[in-house]
Amino acid sequence: MHQVKELPGGSTQLFVGLHLIHEVTSPQAFSALSEKNLGVKFPNLTVATVDHIVPTSNQQRPFSDPLAEEMLTTLEKNCQSHGIKFHGIGSNSQGIVHVIAPELGLTQPGMTVACGDSHTSTHGAFGAIAFGIGTSQVRDVLASQSLAMKKLKVRRIWVDGSLSKGVYAKDLILHIIRLLGVKGGVGFAYEFAGPAIEKLSMEGRMTICNMAIEGGARCGYINPDKTTFEYLKGREYSPKGQEWDNAINWWKSLVSDSEAKYDDEIQLDGSSIEPTVTWGITPGQGISIKEKIPNPEMLPENEQQIAKDACKYMNLEPDQPIEGTLIDVCFIGSCTNGRLSDLQEASDIVKGHRVATGIRAFVVPGSQKVAKEAKNKGIDKIFLKAGFEWREPGCSMCLAMNPDKLEGRQISASSSNRNFKGRQGSANGRTLLMSPAMVAAAAINGKVTDVRKFLKE
Amino acid sequence: MKQDDFPQGSITVIKGRSIVIKGDDIDTDRIIPARFLKCVSFSALGEQVFADDRKELKGSHPFDLDQNKGANILVVNDNFGCGSSREHAPQALMRWGIRLIVGESFAEIFFGNCLSLGIPCITTSKQEITKFQNLVNKNPNQIWDFNLKELSISNQKESFIVKLDEGAYKMLYSGKWDATSQLLDEEETIKNTVNKLPYLNHFNKQI
Repeated sequence: MHQVKELPGGSTQLFVGLHLIHEVTSPQAFSALSEKNLGVKFPNLTVATVDHIVPTSNQQRPFSDPLAEEMLTTLEKNCQSHGIKFHGIGSNSQGIVHVIAPELGLTQPGMTVACGDSHTSTHGAFGAIAFGIGTSQVRDVLASQSLAMKKLKVRRIWVDGSLSKGVYAKDLILHIIRLLGVKGGVGFAYEFAGPAIEKLSMEGRMTICNMAIEGGARCGYINPDKTTFEYLKGREYSPKGQEWDNAINWWKSLVSDSEAKYDDEIQLDGSSIEPTVTWGITPGQGISIKEKIPNPEMLPENEQQIAKDACKYMNLEPDQPIEGTLIDVCFIGSCTNGRLSDLQEASDIVKGHRVATGIRAFVVPGSQKVAKEAKNKGIDKIFLKAGFEWREPGCSMCLAMNPDKLEGRQISASSSNRNFKGRQGSANGRTLLMSPAMVAAAAINGKVTDVRKFLKE
Repeated sequence: MKQDDFPQGSITVIKGRSIVIKGDDIDTDRIIPARFLKCVSFSALGEQVFADDRKELKGSHPFDLDQNKGANILVVNDNFGCGSSREHAPQALMRWGIRLIVGESFAEIFFGNCLSLGIPCITTSKQEITKFQNLVNKNPNQIWDFNLKELSISNQKESFIVKLDEGAYKMLYSGKWDATSQLLDEEETIKNTVNKLPYLNHFNKQI
């Protein structure tokens, strides 16, 4: 129903129902529009915010970094001159693009969602078809509200059982990427299904779909159900009254039927998954907290070289347990794990403890709304009392396009999504990906720790 | 470096020297670190391609070697361009001078971003790539010819058969890889789509 036209060679011209933009990947798209003398075709279907470059300690304008200030000013001007709604600093609705669109009720089942950011897959948690695009495609969507898209195959990932205590959506998706590899999903959309997925909250589902791209799948989704509808009810841009009832009927009609045929199917048992931590330089290099860092020689041949690179870069010894690895920095936040339940789960661990000496630990809420709700629940106080810093919303140290960066060889326990070389702002900095609760446990002990030890107390 | 001859129109032949970047899963953060994304124009990115890797190798990175200056064909391994959707990555490669990328496989968003700049990402087997990389490293001055129609890359002595997705092939061949105008041709159909989608019509329409 979103197909505008079949393009030569099997691609589709796909209509985009919701286009999200931010300051990093849009300025060149707007410039290209004016070069071609084009306007924005449907300005009401594009929504903007600022997230990547915002400082999280002091958001007073102008920003102290003139480049960051220029990027924000450019976005403001572009939105103003094209009539695009902008959720800016101080609007009470600013935040990471993949946090604010769902919380405002903009993201809904059955939509096509595109954004110049690979983690757009997040919105698939609502049963939307959502994927990241490059700047040329941002230009195309602004100009025509459509883009050329190759058809995707579908792999259903069925997760039985339920996650054990101390095991979160983050552990599940890290485990899946470990199983299927970082390029296993290329050419596929991932449909996540099964009892363990159905039991997840919307925020947990967003964590899962967010990282589909780390498994190579440009797009991940979960069929909408009662949990989806309850989350959406009453949100700012959610349908109301009679429209709500009509919407529910339509949304229910979108669910994959039991006879659906998939290009590939895999099945796993959610209850056997343990807290999972990455040890290497790709999100696929994850192991359970009880495992040892793999010996590259023992891995399949095609994984050996990158495993060797990873051990060297991370300065981690093969056959040593990951538990107990000393860390320097703890980061809780990002579009993967910067939502209220993420902060709540981490604060439950932190409560009554102190951050270990010498550890820099900070919490960056995913949006102004998350920050406000967390404050209402006293979550900020718990973190502050324990010695964490409590920051303003933004992408922060997930990708370090702002002042939050690792320094030198520092190693972080991070609730973000990428452990690539240099990702967190230091060319030789190191990242261990894990759930927010695991980051909290690591902050308290100053080393990688099995969060379940805190849950037993 | 080659600021003024970016790809244009039908891309059927590419001729030039090759440069090798070895390694699987080379992500776009490595191709262009995030700090260089603080810009409102792509124009300066050519200088910054692989900035951190180059700094670490202190002049011995392939992109810094004299022998590779002016090369326009990049030969890579598996899952090249994974991670972030930043078009800054292919923009940086293009502005350095790259016009064609040959590899075992490419991440999807990166592949699409290259296509929208008129840069083909062509593939062949691991074995063939290794062979090709060795040939290039042995003789960096060798001129290679890419022929889209034949899907081959060759010199007088050696020839490699490569693969390219059919859609990308057609777009490059016809010169319609810069999709904007093509998409805009369908203005009426786009309007009809807007008028029938339930979520853009107060959920009154049933499909």
